Parts: sequence; structure tokens; C-alpha cells
Amino acid sequence: VTHTAEETTADAAGTEWARRYEAPSREVCRRALLELAMADPRIMCVDSDVGGLEDLFADLPDQYVNVGIAEANLIGTAAGMAAAGLIPYAHTLSSFAAARACEQIKVDVAGNNLPVRIIATHGGLSAGHYGPTHHAVEDLAILRTMPNLTVVVPADGAEAERAVLATASLPGPVYLRLGRAATPLLYRGPYEFEVGRAVPLADGDDVTLVATGPYPVGMAVLAAELLAGAGIHARVLNMHTVKPLDVEALRRAATQTRGIVTVEDHLVVGGLGGAVCEAVAATSPCPVRRVGVPDRFSDRVGDERDLLTAAGITPEAIASEATAIVSAQP
Amino acid sequence: MTGVEPELVEDLAERAYRVRGRVLEMGASAEGTHLGGSLSAADLLTVLYGAVLRVRPAEPDWPDRDWFVLSKGHAAAALYAVLGEFGFIPADEYQTYARPGSRLAGHPLRGVEGVEFPTGSLGHGLSLATGAAVAARRLRTPARAFVLLGDGELQEGSVWEAVMSAAHQRLDNLVAVVDRNGWQITGRTEECVSLEPLADRWRSFGWAVAEVDGHDIATLLATFARLPDPAGRPTVVLARTAKGRGVPMLEDRKKCHYVKLTPQMYHRASVGLRNRRERQS
Repeated sequence: VTHTAEETTADAAGTEWARRYEAPSREVCRRALLELAMADPRIMCVDSDVGGLEDLFADLPDQYVNVGIAEANLIGTAAGMAAAGLIPYAHTLSSFAAARACEQIKVDVAGNNLPVRIIATHGGLSAGHYGPTHHAVEDLAILRTMPNLTVVVPADGAEAERAVLATASLPGPVYLRLGRAATPLLYRGPYEFEVGRAVPLADGDDVTLVATGPYPVGMAVLAAELLAGAGIHARVLNMHTVKPLDVEALRRAATQTRGIVTVEDHLVVGGLGGAVCEAVAATSPCPVRRVGVPDRFSDRVGDERDLLTAAGITPEAIASEATAIVSAQP
Repeated sequence: MTGVEPELVEDLAERAYRVRGRVLEMGASAEGTHLGGSLSAADLLTVLYGAVLRVRPAEPDWPDRDWFVLSKGHAAAALYAVLGEFGFIPADEYQTYARPGSRLAGHPLRGVEGVEFPTGSLGHGLSLATGAAVAARRLRTPARAFVLLGDGELQEGSVWEAVMSAAHQRLDNLVAVVDRNGWQITGRTEECVSLEPLADRWRSFGWAVAEVDGHDIATLLATFARLPDPAGRPTVVLARTAKGRGVPMLEDRKKCHYVKLTPQMYHRASVGLRNRRERQS
């Protein structure tokens, strides 16, 4: 086998890309945050004992505050800091932000439209064997009800880095939902990331798969390949921004394809699926089938992949829902 | 009290009297108001805005200003009267209180000059003030952060999250004032979920504690003049107050928490307030 010079260069670039982004998204984000903080003294790392941040900011002690295991105080303090001229990055877990500190996010952060960045890990089922106290499958439903709040769910490490950088200068608050462990790389090279603009990952006119989050987006891409084998051409949109939603892309999908399948590691109630239904209902109603976590509590023990499978979130399930839409409108 | 000018004390007392009169008017509005907790806080708010806070009514966003958070947001009527008294908002704007389209809600809204944060859900204010104090330290401004808490509010767990973290951070530019009127809706705090020994509790969390009569203007001035704590701790002023203070028919009564005054009640309350003031001066 011989390689051309171009192929070798591309391989090297791909290797460098993979090395840079194969770490867990939260690690990639921390590196990006540190660089931002070194360039902007208003940036503060606000910790709630999540671990590792104290070492990361060892050389910037004036830009690090640990409020302890106290999420309500974490968000309230961050709001006060932001009002008084700082740009706080408040770190906690997704469930503890959205559920426990919900009112502080509502009243103090979103209500005042303050530039607080909530960096939340353990999104979806990524906490795996930690169990349901640490799963966050309702956070998107809760937080997309908050006016002013930008909600971003990166699909891999590269996108997480872009999300941190792209939201750094937003005047209002941001909720960045990250996972726990490393997830497969979705992107293999540079692409255009814009807050509020879905990334098209496959083109097709039969049906549209709209996904958010690392495994859901990856599964949607796999489902599109399964569907292609059956002669069904699926469009795939990575809806990394759940709020504000890319309504234009959804309306195009609704009018140019026969329907939409949503995919998320979140309850089928109120999250991406609910948001998509709301977006298309008034002007371009179409069948919408939602793949996500069923509307019931689960005590199943498992790692993230096992829990996703148990919840019925698989490429096969997505393909099956898409096929049902296409078959109903031949 | 040494160092406190009698003229200032008398001026503030007169202003606090006017503030209470306006609070009663808001109590006589179509919706009524949280009269008891507004009247207990009237002297504290008047002293803070009149002689303690470094603020500029004509320039409410002045970058070096002190921050004030009314964590017990239900004392909104007292705050509106005080903001009008010191020129943040028109002196007569309180007359629009709770009317459709007014800026003055039952709990303070953002956008009213002098209101840094909308409040009303209890247990938020100390965290907000802590954040403002951290920012002042980080940005090297002379700003201090003051927060007025209700005593019943101290039953909110988030308050103690902030109490712990502010002391740990040694925020000597943070001042909490507790309106210790002794009541909450269902009865006396000590009969509901007791707060005592309150001074010891704050002290044990690492705060400098001052226990004062929250209606003694000269003492309040002297207390605030001693800030910041030389030992570098945040300070809490535990201000003993009477709910409904200044209006004999309301004072220290459970039922004074939220009152809509009828015209007859308003008349009686106003006369009581005036008689009390005349006896004092």
C-alpha cells in the first residue's frame, strides 16, 4: 500500500485532531476555560467541589472560588459576581444545577439575564452506574423553560471546545451540558459551529433525524446508514443548541422530508422532542417520533451504553421510527 | 453615642417617620402589603440608605457603589418609600404600588432604580451579596455588599450555605443585617422553628456579630461606622425589632404580617403613628 503526500498530511492532521479531542468533553472544556481565563481577568472559575478545578487554576488563584458542596449558593454567588462585573463559570453536575438549583437559575441568573456560564457534567445517563440520583434526564425540559438562557449540548470533545469558545462572549447566561467519560469522536476535522444553528451531518429528502448529545448524534448517523441500506435517505441534524432552537432548519426538514425523528439521552417529555414538536406545530406540522428515555423512573444498574440500550435509544430503534414515518406516507 | 451627630439622628428619625406613613398608604391600597415586616425594617432601611450605603441616587449604576440586596423582598413597601425618600425614584411613585402597569410590585422588580436584584423568594439574597463582595475584591473596587434578611428567612438552608462560604472567604466587605422581629406567618419564630441562640450560631460560623436595637438610629449609625471588622470577618448585625413598629394597633402582633387596611383602619393606624412620633420627639 502506498500513500500520497497529501494522504499522509491528512492522516497526521487527523491524528493530531484525535489526540486533541479524544479526552472527555469536560476535560477539553477545562483546557479551553483556562486559556480564556488567562486572557480575561474577569473570568472566574466557581467550583462546588467537583474535583480537579483547584489544580487547573493553581496558577490563577485570584480567579478561582470554591463555595463547597452547595449548589444553590453556587448559582446565587455566581449571579452576584456576574452582576458586579465578573464572568463566572459555575461548575456542578447537570442534575444538581437544573433540579437542585433550579430556582436560583430562574430568579437570579436567567431572570436577570446575567453572563453566568453553568458548566454541567454528567448530563443524560452519562453517570452510568452512579445511579439515578446522578442521572440528568429532565434538565433540558427544565432549563429550556428559562427565557434568556442558552442551552448547548456538545456532541463530542471538539464541539465542546467550540461551544465554550462560541459562548464566551454571549451577554446572557449559558448552560453547557457535558458528559462524564470520553465518548466517540463525531467530527474528524474542522467544521462550522454556530450557537443556535444545527450542523447537518447527512443529507436526505425522505426523513430527518434530529439529535442532541454525544451518543444520540452518533446513533442518528448510524441509523441513517442503516436506512440507506433500505433505500431510505435520511437527513441528519446535530441540534447542539436546544435553546435557542434552529427553527428554520426544522421547518425545512418538516416541509422537505416526510417527518422527523428526535433522539436524545433525556426524557421523551419536554426535551428536544418536545421542543421540535413545538417548533413545527404551527407552521409546518409533520409526524414527529421521539426516541429518548421513557417517562418512568428506572433503577437499572448499568454503564452509559447499557442504560441507553435499556431505554430503547439505539440506532435500530431510530431507524425503525424513521421507517414507520416513511411507510405511513409512501 | 459618641461620634454620631444628633442632627443626623433627628433627620433620619423624621425620614423614617415619613417612610412609615407611606408604608401605611401602601397598606391601604387595593392589594394591601406586608405591613409588619415593612415597618420593622423601616429604621434599618432609612439608616442604610440615608447614612451608610455609598450610593448615588442620580447615578444608580455608579461602578464603585455599595451593593444592597433586600433579601426579605416582601418588605418592598418600605424599600419603595425609602428609595423615594432619597431620590432614587420619584418621591410619590409609591402611590402606584401594585396598580396594573406600575413598576412597584409586591416584591421588588429589576429595573427600579436602586434595586440591584429582584427578590421575594427567600434565601437568595446572601448568596447574591456574597457574589458582589467577591467581585469587589477581585476587581479591587471599594464596594461593600449589604443584605437585609428576615429572621424567619434564616430557616432557608441556602442562607447557611452562604454563611459558611462567605466566612471561609473572609469577605470583610460583606454585611448581613437581620431584621429580628421575632415573627413569621404562623407565629413566633421560636415556636415554629427556633433560631436561638442566633448570635452564637453566626459567631460559630465565623462572622463578627453585633446585637443592636434595630430602632435605635444612633446605635445603628455607630454600629455601621465600626465596619469593617478588624479581624477580617464578614459582619452580621442582628437588629432586634418589633414587627409592625410605630403603629400601636399592629405592633408585635401575629396578624400584622400582611394587611389590607380599610379606610377606618388606615385612619386609626395613621393617628397611632403620629401620636407615637409626637411622644418621641
